[in-house]
Amino acid sequence: MTRRRLGIIALFTPLAMLLLGGCSPLQPWVKPYEREHLADPIMSFDPNPVSSTYLDHVFEVREGARGATGSVGGGCGCN
Amino acid sequence: MNSRQSLGQARLAVRILGCGLALALSVAASADSITPGAAAPAFELPSSGSKDISLSDLKGQVVLINFWASWCGPCRQEMPVLDQLYKKYKAAGFTLLGVNVEPKTADAVGFLKSTPVSFPILFDTDSKVSKLYEVSGMPSTVILDRTGKVRYVHHGYKPGEESEYLDQIRSLVRE
Amino acid sequence: MTARSGIRARTLIAVLFALAMAGHAAVLPDDRADLLFHDWEGGGVTVEGPSILVRKKVTDSLSLAANYYVDMISSASVDVLSTASPYKETRRQGSLSADYLHGNTTYSAGYIESDEPDYKARTGFFSVSQSMFGDLTTISFGFTRGLDRVSEENHIRGLQTTTEFKGDADHRNWSASLSQILTRNLLLAVNVETDESDGYLQSPYRSARYLDADGVVQTEAQATPNTRTGNAASAQLKYYLPWHAALDGNYRFYHDTWGITAHTLGVGYTQPLFTSWTLTANARYYRQTAADFYGDLFPFEDSQNFMSRDRELAQFHDLTLGLGASWQFHPSWPRWIEKGSLNLSYNRLHVAYDDFHNYTVGGSPIGVPLYSFDANVTQFFISFWY
Repeated sequence: MTRRRLGIIALFTPLAMLLLGGCSPLQPWVKPYEREHLADPIMSFDPNPVSSTYLDHVFEVREGARGATGSVGGGCGCN
Repeated sequence: MNSRQSLGQARLAVRILGCGLALALSVAASADSITPGAAAPAFELPSSGSKDISLSDLKGQVVLINFWASWCGPCRQEMPVLDQLYKKYKAAGFTLLGVNVEPKTADAVGFLKSTPVSFPILFDTDSKVSKLYEVSGMPSTVILDRTGKVRYVHHGYKPGEESEYLDQIRSLVRE
Repeated sequence: MTARSGIRARTLIAVLFALAMAGHAAVLPDDRADLLFHDWEGGGVTVEGPSILVRKKVTDSLSLAANYYVDMISSASVDVLSTASPYKETRRQGSLSADYLHGNTTYSAGYIESDEPDYKARTGFFSVSQSMFGDLTTISFGFTRGLDRVSEENHIRGLQTTTEFKGDADHRNWSASLSQILTRNLLLAVNVETDESDGYLQSPYRSARYLDADGVVQTEAQATPNTRTGNAASAQLKYYLPWHAALDGNYRFYHDTWGITAHTLGVGYTQPLFTSWTLTANARYYRQTAADFYGDLFPFEDSQNFMSRDRELAQFHDLTLGLGASWQFHPSWPRWIEKGSLNLSYNRLHVAYDDFHNYTVGGSPIGVPLYSFDANVTQFFISFWY
């Protein structure tokens, strides 16, 4: 494992530490019952994965750059 | 890979695991004042019927308070299930309050037109009661006994969890 | 046909991974089926075909998905026309993936196989996603490994096509992402990815051009390094507008050991209309610098250890403008289908090279225009949720 990769994980770990309730006094500032807009399908980062996968493929085949196109959902606070 | 890199990786792994453990413990021990045994905070909210409904009026009955929103999938799934529970135990001194947490009531009313329920719906448009009951997941369910004490708290809903509700209500109704 | 199939497969994985993670934080993805017809037409190339995806929860905590994808390629591109003759080819790809939910953690794994006559790619991936902080934050880590077998096809008119093995490639990819609810109306997603590749990393069909002693342009086989490490980092914001619409913006930075630096900037707007319609508009700008060893015309034969005229490694920029329309419906039959949508999207792409000339125009090397082309990308798809 190179230093760069360790660096990436090291970047996320302190962040995770900050956000994990047990390691910090921060409280979630958007309550589950305030997530109406965020739960709207138009706020989804990737509402049609088949289509976005295809378009990413179109660009990746013809361009030199690749990666960092995926994203993780915002969450509606359900369950 | 030399031994110093291995040590660095090991330390990193320990830090990640350590915080994972801290998270698990914090979640397990998260301090709520809405815990079994605590008195349920009083409130009064406008309802879908003509009158406002106040929690203190319901002392003597087993009360299930369900916090829901029309934009929340599991909440919508849970509504027909709660309706069945209400119909089954109504006669035995059980009541169910569906507290809608949306600032605008239009979407909730629209949902109830297509999926009507027979239990009272309350509208918590300024989130006062949601804050009071420390709602930390959608949906949230709090079950109170006949003396107005909190007995069971549920966060989230997955199909099949209603059997837990059934058992808990049955035991409280018998008290 | 190109040496990018392995990379295509891994992009599919990256988005399949995102697909697995998309939607609610600590909830499995919705059950759905999609049937897509895609069409690329531009630069002398036509690529069309279907993509079918089916996803279903088999238990409360396990969701499985399968995808079948086809590219039917008809190519008379500028590279083909300058060194060979137009050809047709089909690439088929199948993948399986699983998502397992335990508490607030989702574990995903999958396998993808891509096959075309001159490129075979096998890829596996694994990722873990953790929802935390009251579901405000989701952090994921993923690892992907791909093994490719690259060959060269020789189409000789009148004779049978021969396939010659050229080399293997090994790809390892590490990714980390964070998704954060910033306010009631604002979402942020941050992604970093490192890609390490070893082996035969070039297209056997691209070459290098040089001037011989008499000033005549000649071609020789290209030679690219056999290792490549690339790093990408991106950020995306999505904002809810008060009149019930959404605005999003994204930026990605890329740099690799071949010397390519690239910037990608995109904006999008989503507007629901009349209950069942949703319209989208988007724009994307991309620019990259050339690889260190790239040259449109080298001064003499073998002037460098590594030489390539592969235009994907050139300095160029492209602009994409797109529009999409979606119509949601609730079919009364069959009963088990909850809702469906019909979707159409069109993207217009303009690509302009700064250091790649269009020699198919003919004539002497002086005065040949820089190459640029436009492409139309059309998608039509139908989705069902059940």
